[in-house]
Amino acid sequence: MGPEALSQVLRSIPVLSDERELVGLSTADDASVIKLNEKQALIQSVDFFTPVVDDPYIFGQIAAANSLSDIYAMGGEVLSAMNIVGFPSCLSTEILEKILQGGANKIKEAGAILAGGHTIEDDEPKYGLAVSGLIAPEKLVSNAAAEAGDTLVLTKPLGIGVLLTALKGGLADSEAKEQVIAEMRTLNKQATEVMQEVGVNACTDITGFGLLGHLWELVKASQVQAELELSRIPFLAGALDWAEMGLVPAGAYRNRDYLQGEVSFAAGVAEAEQDLLFDPQTSGGLLISVPDKKTERLLDKLQQAGVNKATAIGRIVAGGPAIKVK
Amino acid sequence: MKKIDARGLDCPQPVIKTKKALEAEEKVITLVDNEMACSNLQKLGQKLGYETEVLTVDDDFQIEFSASGEPVTSSVTSAEFEDSADNQKKVYFINSDVLGQGKRELGEVLIKGFIYTLTELAPAPRAIIFMNSGVKLTTLNEEVIENLEILAEAGVEIISCGTCLDYYQLEDKLEVGSVSNMYTIVELLNSYPVVTV
Repeated sequence: MGPEALSQVLRSIPVLSDERELVGLSTADDASVIKLNEKQALIQSVDFFTPVVDDPYIFGQIAAANSLSDIYAMGGEVLSAMNIVGFPSCLSTEILEKILQGGANKIKEAGAILAGGHTIEDDEPKYGLAVSGLIAPEKLVSNAAAEAGDTLVLTKPLGIGVLLTALKGGLADSEAKEQVIAEMRTLNKQATEVMQEVGVNACTDITGFGLLGHLWELVKASQVQAELELSRIPFLAGALDWAEMGLVPAGAYRNRDYLQGEVSFAAGVAEAEQDLLFDPQTSGGLLISVPDKKTERLLDKLQQAGVNKATAIGRIVAGGPAIKVK
Repeated sequence: MKKIDARGLDCPQPVIKTKKALEAEEKVITLVDNEMACSNLQKLGQKLGYETEVLTVDDDFQIEFSASGEPVTSSVTSAEFEDSADNQKKVYFINSDVLGQGKRELGEVLIKGFIYTLTELAPAPRAIIFMNSGVKLTTLNEEVIENLEILAEAGVEIISCGTCLDYYQLEDKLEVGSVSNMYTIVELLNSYPVVTV
């Protein structure tokens, strides 16, 4: 659901503070983090959705990569994952098998234990994971510690939502399809490992609320401002064209509505470009806030680790929460 | 011109349907039921170089695309779109000023009775198309015109063939409905069940 509707609902849920809780609901971070002892904290998250592509195996991979990403966004290592499945009785169980195989493939790649799961009968297939990760408390990378002077690095190109919309409409060709699938099923594992090696201030992953929605949560939690340089933000090939054509998913409009007044665009930023910044991403990349002097090192190491589309897209400046795009 | 009722359709279907229609038609009107689809259609128009005009019809949005920048017809009522959703409605194709092949006198009586009966019909026809000497009914035949006016008011499209009006030199005598070309007429005949009279 959209960020506005969600925060409305969450307002009515009592927040019980507990000193063991290092990251909770209040900062709208990617996962919950609970301190187990001086050396270990437990990261937990759950995410599932309906198919975004026709191929069940690839859908399984994408849904799993997306769920696992929440652990990586906190800088953690995945310990275990459990399948969450909704499946119609009228569909062949072979399809379910393929979805779970795709998921298992990514869980294995993450080096995690597939610990079980739960299946219910549903009108349409749904799949995702409940994931647990571990991290040393002092290594935790929340979205609340970005500092003025940081550089913002994005590890995957934007436009996944627009491309999926074009695919759904039968407009995108097989090349575009391959491209977007490749991005979605890529784990953020390498990115997080490099980020931990270099040492950064804050991180979040880019999913349903789009780049600007997740960046907004980061600047709000960190009490800073962000300045993005549009010309440096990478888009998937074809995404701008399709956005201009009006293949903009409803989620992008909801994200835009939610951030009304919080984001200011320079005069030259076209509407389609704005749409891509609001575009909801499925299994998007990490947005990393790194001290300026470490930026080059981070980008070099990401490149070496195969995260070759990682780009510095802007910076953090002092001031109350706001985002500027020029 | 093509009208698309895209209400109730999920993104990106309104855009896809409209894009396909624009590949075949110069003018397209699309009806959608939400603002996002409306914005997306405006983007499509801009991208493809069409002028777009948005009208709100009840709670729905009607987006008119025209290549030349001139607005597409005056206003399309919601009822017409419902027609396009309900493809069961019939198009009556009238290609003579009399009904049937016998005595002309009888044919004149029959056509009058026929048009009158159409006014009593439910559901009303989608459109009535007049061709060849049929155009005399929309120009000269006062009793028929009276009933056609009732039908037009009920949302039935009354169409006279422009070439035929020219041929019979009736182009400035049209009393009811609009003038159209072969393309539009054939498209209508192709899109709905047709009753030829």
